[in-house]
Amino acid sequence: MNILLQQKAPIHEALQRHKLNRVVPFDVPGHKGGRGNKELTDFLGEKCLKLDVNSMKPLDNLTHPVSVIKEAEEIAADAFGAKAALFIVNGTTASVQGMVMSVCKAGDKIIMPRNVHRSAINALVVCGAVPVYVNPGVNKNLGIPLGMSVIEVEKAIKENPEAKAILVNNPTYYGICSNLREIVRVAHRHNIKVLVDEAHGTHFYFGENMPVSAMAAGADMAAVSMHKTGGSLTQSSFLLCGEGVNPDYVRQIINLTQTTSGSYLLMVSLDIARKNLSLKGKEIFKKTVELAKYARGEINKLGGYYAFAEEIMDGDTTYDFDPTKLSVHTRKVGLAGVEVYDLLRDEYGIQVEFGDISNFLAIVSAGDREFEIERLIASLSEIKRLYGKDDISGMLDHEYINPDVAMIPQKAFYSVKKSLPIQDSIGEICGEFVMCYPPGIPILAPGERITEEVIQYIQYAKEKGSFLTGTEDMNVENINVVLR
Amino acid sequence: MDLWYTEQHSKYAQFSIKIDRQLASVKSDFQRIDVFESKGFGRILTLDGYLMVTEKDEFIYHDMITHIPMATNPNIRKVLVIGAGDGGTVRELLRYETIEHIDMVEIDEDVVKVCKEFLPFTACGLEDERVHLYFEDGLKFVRRKEGEYDLILVDSTDPFGPGEGLFTKEFYGNCYKALNETGILVNQHESVYYESYAVSMKRAHQRIKECFPIAKVYQAHIPTYPSGHWLFGFASKKYDPIQDLDTGRWNELGIKTKYYNTDLHIGAFALPNYVKEQLEDE
Repeated sequence: MNILLQQKAPIHEALQRHKLNRVVPFDVPGHKGGRGNKELTDFLGEKCLKLDVNSMKPLDNLTHPVSVIKEAEEIAADAFGAKAALFIVNGTTASVQGMVMSVCKAGDKIIMPRNVHRSAINALVVCGAVPVYVNPGVNKNLGIPLGMSVIEVEKAIKENPEAKAILVNNPTYYGICSNLREIVRVAHRHNIKVLVDEAHGTHFYFGENMPVSAMAAGADMAAVSMHKTGGSLTQSSFLLCGEGVNPDYVRQIINLTQTTSGSYLLMVSLDIARKNLSLKGKEIFKKTVELAKYARGEINKLGGYYAFAEEIMDGDTTYDFDPTKLSVHTRKVGLAGVEVYDLLRDEYGIQVEFGDISNFLAIVSAGDREFEIERLIASLSEIKRLYGKDDISGMLDHEYINPDVAMIPQKAFYSVKKSLPIQDSIGEICGEFVMCYPPGIPILAPGERITEEVIQYIQYAKEKGSFLTGTEDMNVENINVVLR
Repeated sequence: MDLWYTEQHSKYAQFSIKIDRQLASVKSDFQRIDVFESKGFGRILTLDGYLMVTEKDEFIYHDMITHIPMATNPNIRKVLVIGAGDGGTVRELLRYETIEHIDMVEIDEDVVKVCKEFLPFTACGLEDERVHLYFEDGLKFVRRKEGEYDLILVDSTDPFGPGEGLFTKEFYGNCYKALNETGILVNQHESVYYESYAVSMKRAHQRIKECFPIAKVYQAHIPTYPSGHWLFGFASKKYDPIQDLDTGRWNELGIKTKYYNTDLHIGAFALPNYVKEQLEDE
């Protein structure tokens, strides 16, 4: 990383120049610096609205960058140690889809763990690629899916030597990392591209003593959700390219679905966040790790709760652990993770990232202060005292169900379907998604056989108050299945 | 020289005191601490620009936060004080010989240092051997205690800034846990006259009510606080502040006070209608 270069922020600088030039806008957006929408301007601030501008020569164009965006992307690539970095304003979903669609065409096989975010399987529906699922290990004790085992990857490659790519979810939402370097070595030996969904791993590039980042491991592409822990605005993201891909082709793929009116608010947030992390990342993530570590220690002292960390590493499916993650296992308190998640918000005014059947996840960042961490710990102590149950029988303990892929996702999604009450759908092929959001990892994806176990899981998740999404039926009572 | 200290009481009202000179200005890890000398109010302590203590009227606040619970349960021996870096609350507690042990938890050590140097009239008791000082987060301290205290006094700053955690449900719940079966919790409760303070007061009261079987509010007249009308929360597991008040027993102690007396004790719980309405509002 070139520190002198990293002090620049070309989009930021271009917008400042643009503001000083007092250009008269006879282009979109029609709010004209906020004058056309007073209520919005009062709410968001004039400064913000004045910067909500359209592409123009001095500000470059996201679909075909030649000046300031190009320069900003080059500096970002330097920051991430990538061959190229693309600014993405359609969310990390677009980055993930861009990766998959850049290396897979209809009918191509892609090896991936099943516990991917819906955005990855969405990409399969769009482009017609065929998933080869590798069973992620499961930590029985915690009820969470883990990373990808190198042996399982090798096996999948052996059985599917024609596969075009491997998608690795690294780290998982819970902070679990796979042996990325080894997976890259194995895949490249077979001419298979490695795509990394690094949505939760921005800090791997900037912090010290972090698990290896995708680019450092030699992966071909990575989707980095800068907005998650990197400090940019929601929906902004980076798509990184390694040596093995042509970034100009990747841009063509991105342009198939990305907006032609790229938001400068999002782009400048990426530019400034990248600068900030390059210059201060070490310090920022050191503080984050310290806060998370302190919280884990104190939460574990409360009893019942288990805030897990490095000790669950096993050299295989849990090859490494992201120390900034605060994942807490709640089952021994007698509460489902999602119940603690709801209590924290409804009773204590604390919003954590998500709660599933057995765990909840709190995002810790440099934006946190000690006393907010204290509030979280104290609230958990109260939740245990007031709502904890000694009897934990009857609590579902698994989180991963091995899928039976009966049809490729695209075919299932676009086939003629009928709607059935969920409980009557055993044995049918699912034509849509069902998932709890967050975390947005599908319980069922298009093309998968519906089993009794899956239905049980859906009903349990509903009972415990999970927010289920994905089905056409907004009440998630009926499910679309493929008409035989 | 025309030097004035001004505090914004609302968007449309401010309160100013003529300042003679500034005695200290310290930037701590948590806040800015200032001490002024004034002719009208004596020495003044402000935190982040908010007025905390003036030499002239501090007795009202410290009398009312301390003697109300002490007169309700004269058997109090072990007390936890949270906040109160100026020392005034501890000074009043130390007047009871029956109190054996006071833990005082103040997040900002610099506040205590500054007060010891410039506000000896309140900080005078902090060296007493019955007083044990801890410089840490009040919420963190209290969550590790169980059934230990007869009384917890929350002498906090406003519910924004470092004192924020002391107005939360988890704090009150952990106080409940830290108190024994006859425990009493008294906290400064802001005021309802100005809207921005009213919201925090209502929320605090609601949360205390959810935690404690007895939860009442009483008032005092504090000229230098916004609106001059200030409230305290009295929450308890067993003792009612009026029914269980033994006026004879407290008066026998012979503690000489400038504001508090047992008649006023009862009267302080008689609230104006607009305050009552706001409390019932939630």
